[in-house]
Amino acid sequence: MAAPIAVHLEFGGGAELLFNGVKEHHVTLPSQSEPWDMKQLLVWIQRNLLKERPELFVQGDSVRPGILVLINDADWELMNQNACACLTAAGLDCSVGLKPAH
Amino acid sequence: MCQVDEEYQEELERADGPSVSKKCVKCKEASAAVVIRAGDTYCRSCFKEYFIHKFRAMLGKNRVIFPGEKVLLAVSGGPSSCSMLSQVQEGLSQKAHKKLRFSPGIVHIDEGGAVGQSAEERQRKVSELQAVFKATGFPFLILPLEQVLDLPSSVVETALSPLEPPPSAYKAAVDRFNQTSSSDYLPPQEREEKSLPDVQKSHTQLLQQLMGSAKTLTAREDLLNTLRQHLLVHTARTEGYSKLMLGDNCTRLAIKLLTSISLGRGAQLAQDTGFSDSRYGNIISVRPMRDYSAKEIAFYNHMFNVPAVVVASLDTKTSEKASIQRLTESFVTKLQTDFPSTVSTIYRTSEKLQTACRSSSSADHSDRCLLCVCTLDTAVEKASAFQATLISEQLSQTKSLGCRNPGQSPGPVKPESAASTGQCCSSAGGEDCGRATSGGGCCSLTTETTDLKSLLCYSCQLTIRDMSSVDHLPLYILSEAQRRQRRAQMRDEISEFLLDDGDEGIYREV
Repeated sequence: MAAPIAVHLEFGGGAELLFNGVKEHHVTLPSQSEPWDMKQLLVWIQRNLLKERPELFVQGDSVRPGILVLINDADWELMNQNACACLTAAGLDCSVGLKPAH
Repeated sequence: MCQVDEEYQEELERADGPSVSKKCVKCKEASAAVVIRAGDTYCRSCFKEYFIHKFRAMLGKNRVIFPGEKVLLAVSGGPSSCSMLSQVQEGLSQKAHKKLRFSPGIVHIDEGGAVGQSAEERQRKVSELQAVFKATGFPFLILPLEQVLDLPSSVVETALSPLEPPPSAYKAAVDRFNQTSSSDYLPPQEREEKSLPDVQKSHTQLLQQLMGSAKTLTAREDLLNTLRQHLLVHTARTEGYSKLMLGDNCTRLAIKLLTSISLGRGAQLAQDTGFSDSRYGNIISVRPMRDYSAKEIAFYNHMFNVPAVVVASLDTKTSEKASIQRLTESFVTKLQTDFPSTVSTIYRTSEKLQTACRSSSSADHSDRCLLCVCTLDTAVEKASAFQATLISEQLSQTKSLGCRNPGQSPGPVKPESAASTGQCCSSAGGEDCGRATSGGGCCSLTTETTDLKSLLCYSCQLTIRDMSSVDHLPLYILSEAQRRQRRAQMRDEISEFLLDDGDEGIYREV
């Protein structure tokens, strides 16, 4: 049983256009039986924050190619993308979607 | 030794999943923050060093920008061009180890009118950008794209280029610069800011009509690129700049390369994607960001707080099949995720491209495309792919004339329509429209389209064909077209009495 987690999400480089132009989101993820990971977070973002055109943000169970993700200010390619990166630390800082728009 | 094998496997697995505590490959001390290329992990400070060095190395290696030269930076507000701006700032700063020695200026073209943004939205973006530009201390200009409607026709001419400087010229210029300004270096002068000139509503409407007359998004994007390029070159000329810096990064260029091929711009690839582009003669465009991938730039901007303003473009929020450009982009980025060397492979190919040397007569103005100002690729001998395309186009049209469905025009956003070479010529008069040499009268609309085509390269012909009418094109293009036609006509009339041109005529006949 994982406790609710406060997460700071930031969208930039054009990705914020899919979120009504809002760049920064302070959200609290509800508690659930298994620990949160990035895959679940993306699903949660898609259900709760994403305003339009999900196909431009997610593809399969990851982000659309071309969108870059930083976790705690580090490239998420440094982490094992799907299995690892459990969101345990409170106040985790996620920057999703530094999409090089053009 | 089965046991050992198993142990190995376990180790490998552990190596496969890199942990957060992975070290930087360069200093091997700090923990890594960014992965560039497959496996190369850099920490923040090493990444910064690497990034800054690359910019200077790019300019140093190519030796195109001379010390003291006035260079115009074209800044769209996107990550790449803003990163370029910050690199120039960094390079000119007093503390820079090897200082850059040119004097920069900034130009931004507000394309809101073409993209369909409201006046308030445009004003907001412009004031955001103004704040960014002011902070640099460089002189800057913010121009609405509407100004392209008032350009003089000299824009599409290739101005006489100064003779190619000998290799020693660069060194001489550096020495000269060091002598004259070692003691009293003048910092870039701060000029009174020019506020955004008021855009007349009628102008915006005209621009929107022009963009609207392009039936496909592919053609619209191509047209916008052309207009933007013309306005940039014109601004550089009138403001006294001799170089134009563009912010194309390596990912963008890889996409551009494949797009250009699909659009029939194979002959112009080298100029479209190379480091420097001298098609305009006295204004040389350079692309100093072409060594950076989009990812490197995005990370650098994020880590070191480079301000960027998101400016919506024509293909923002469109589906991936909306245009050839967009489709190519998603093709390359998708391929890149599974094969991380995709972009660099395409990019290396573009590096090796060179423009074939043409005879000196090709420097003549009339041999340049009216829109993209590249050497015309349509004046080729009979046994060529271009002629074959024309013939097949003619054949398919004569066949379909009888059973043509009048409503069968290409859909508005189908990427195929621009690429397909036959079938979609909407006017019956367009049957022999590709004939590059025909002169003919210039009274009716269809013939005018035909005539315009003879002045364009293959790819620009395709773009024009996707437009419902050419009447909305800016006046400078139309008047220049008429001027060139009159000259061609005149040349035809007096060709019998000309020695040189007569020779050329024989060559063409053979």
